[in-house]
Amino acid sequence: MADLILRDLVKRFDKAEVLRSINLEVHDGEFVVFVGPSGCGKSTTLRLIAGLDDVTSGTVEIAGRVVNNLEPKDRDIAMVFQNYAIYPHMTVRRNISFGLKSSKASRAEKTRRIEEVAAILGMTNLLDRKPAQLSGGQRQRVAIGRAMVRDPAVFLFDEPLSNLDAQLRTQMRLEIKKLHQRVGSTIIFVTHDQVEAMTMADRIVIMKDGRIQQVGTPADVYHSPANMFVAQFIGAPSMNLIPGAVAHDHGVTLASGQSLHFDRALPQGRNVTLGIRPEDLSPDTPDAIVEGQVTVREPLGHETLIYVGTPSGDLIAKADGRTPPEVGASVRLGALSQNIHVFDADTGEALL
Amino acid sequence: MAVVDEVEIKASSDTLLRGGSARGPRNTGQIIRFLLLFAGGILMVMPIAYMISTSLKWPHEVYNLNFIPDEPTIENYTYVLEDGRFYGWFVNSILIATITTVCNVIFDSLVGYTLCKFRFPGRYIVFIAILSTLMIPTEMLVIPWYIMSQQFGWLDTYWGILFPGLMTAFGTFLMKQFFETVPDDFIEAARIDGLNELQIWWTVAMPLVKPALAALAIFVFLGNWTAFIWPLIVTNSVGMYTLPVGLSSFGDEADVAWELIMTGAAISTIPTLIVFLIFQRFIIRGVVMAGLKG
Repeated sequence: MADLILRDLVKRFDKAEVLRSINLEVHDGEFVVFVGPSGCGKSTTLRLIAGLDDVTSGTVEIAGRVVNNLEPKDRDIAMVFQNYAIYPHMTVRRNISFGLKSSKASRAEKTRRIEEVAAILGMTNLLDRKPAQLSGGQRQRVAIGRAMVRDPAVFLFDEPLSNLDAQLRTQMRLEIKKLHQRVGSTIIFVTHDQVEAMTMADRIVIMKDGRIQQVGTPADVYHSPANMFVAQFIGAPSMNLIPGAVAHDHGVTLASGQSLHFDRALPQGRNVTLGIRPEDLSPDTPDAIVEGQVTVREPLGHETLIYVGTPSGDLIAKADGRTPPEVGASVRLGALSQNIHVFDADTGEALL
Repeated sequence: MAVVDEVEIKASSDTLLRGGSARGPRNTGQIIRFLLLFAGGILMVMPIAYMISTSLKWPHEVYNLNFIPDEPTIENYTYVLEDGRFYGWFVNSILIATITTVCNVIFDSLVGYTLCKFRFPGRYIVFIAILSTLMIPTEMLVIPWYIMSQQFGWLDTYWGILFPGLMTAFGTFLMKQFFETVPDDFIEAARIDGLNELQIWWTVAMPLVKPALAALAIFVFLGNWTAFIWPLIVTNSVGMYTLPVGLSSFGDEADVAWELIMTGAAISTIPTLIVFLIFQRFIIRGVVMAGLKG
């Protein structure tokens, strides 16, 4: 277990700069999830940490030593790949023991560790099977086992659940989280699924276009997004965005002419975008912000998502599951001012 | 009981007429396809059958084109097997075909793997250069090979026979293409697990391309087993002959002993059959795996 520090990490492929000055400190035993859309640089960052690609500039530091020039095997890391990368011609036992190839431990010690890992992952009875005889979830466990058996300083997971079906993904998510609680290792987990990020991470690193957009706990990034990208990327359905302008220190005027008052001061004359999460936008609030007509209803049982056409664009709100407004009905949507985020319309940065 | 038997016989003959299925008569397209395949099969088997037929004939009967010998004999087999030279040629051929096969499997796959899995400047040029040698016919290469052998003192030696075939452009190309199908994740996982590049190639990559290795082994073994021109040119002494060269020397200035050549040829097909039987399961498994890969 160890700290992992990335300093001014830059990666270029020919002229394309895919990572731009990444700075991050991951603490010992922390579970950090890198999340972002395809091409944001999250997997590239992982590959640089693993040593599978060379760093263009900057440093990768693991347990206090710069590992830029070390081979992957010498970095004290283990990686679980998206397509498992377990060798089809070897049994589960050989696949797991493969992680100990470079270990100087005695044969008896190796056997003990393999069996211990198999027991933790519930695979003791599968040790003599070949990967073709295993289900997707079992294969993923073998891949995790191969990583675990090395007892590395840092575990790297590169979208390991994306090939599993929804049910198995949920199950494996839980298992990985339990595993982390049990072994307490430092884990870097890459995913494009924000639900995975929210449910598993101690801290989430949200990336876009090769830059870190925000680092924080799941609650931080959800409730206090640093910019409009984070606000829209985290949370499903996405946050509603409503254009407006700062009329005076504490007031924002919407396109509809409606004025909103905020307790905190805002830069005067600036164009802003208000962000309101669907669960904070309710048809039952007395202080309405916008009015519109329900165009679509999505019943989810305990609640219903309603899509409302308004002068400020289409908005999504959550209504009661039992008595939601009918399609075509006029609704007045409102939100408490403490639940409204204010972003600079030009830079996208959060103002409130 | 007799009635039951009759019904069963009728049912089975109906099934046979329908081509072994209950789906009804086969359509014309299928019949044409089977006829074409049958004709192809006959064409392939004919020379082999004629070879065996000739090997069972007496010398005076060789030029009769009948398939079944009038007086079949195994005298030719006894003669060939008792002729000490035949064993020498057989051993030479086995040795040369085996060594070249092993070398091709190792060197072609090493080069193919390197060209496929490593990024280095000039990689593409090297690959094109190797491929371009496929366009040069062996007949053109024989003279430089001979001059080289002469200058290095390799004439009439095993090394002289072997060296041109130790690596082939075709094999390199074949292996490179197959290594493309091995996901990079396997290689990278092994790198993280602490294997060096040679270990990764041998332990991880090679077992994953077994079907290609089997195909390459068959091609190279057969190619070298039947090679004639180069062994004929590079060898001088009868003891260094390979089987095809040795067999061609049966007979004298006045006559060619076709019955003995055919006998030797019949015996010499045995190792090629063994090689094919050993490796064919890998090829079939490879085809099946490719079909199931999802």
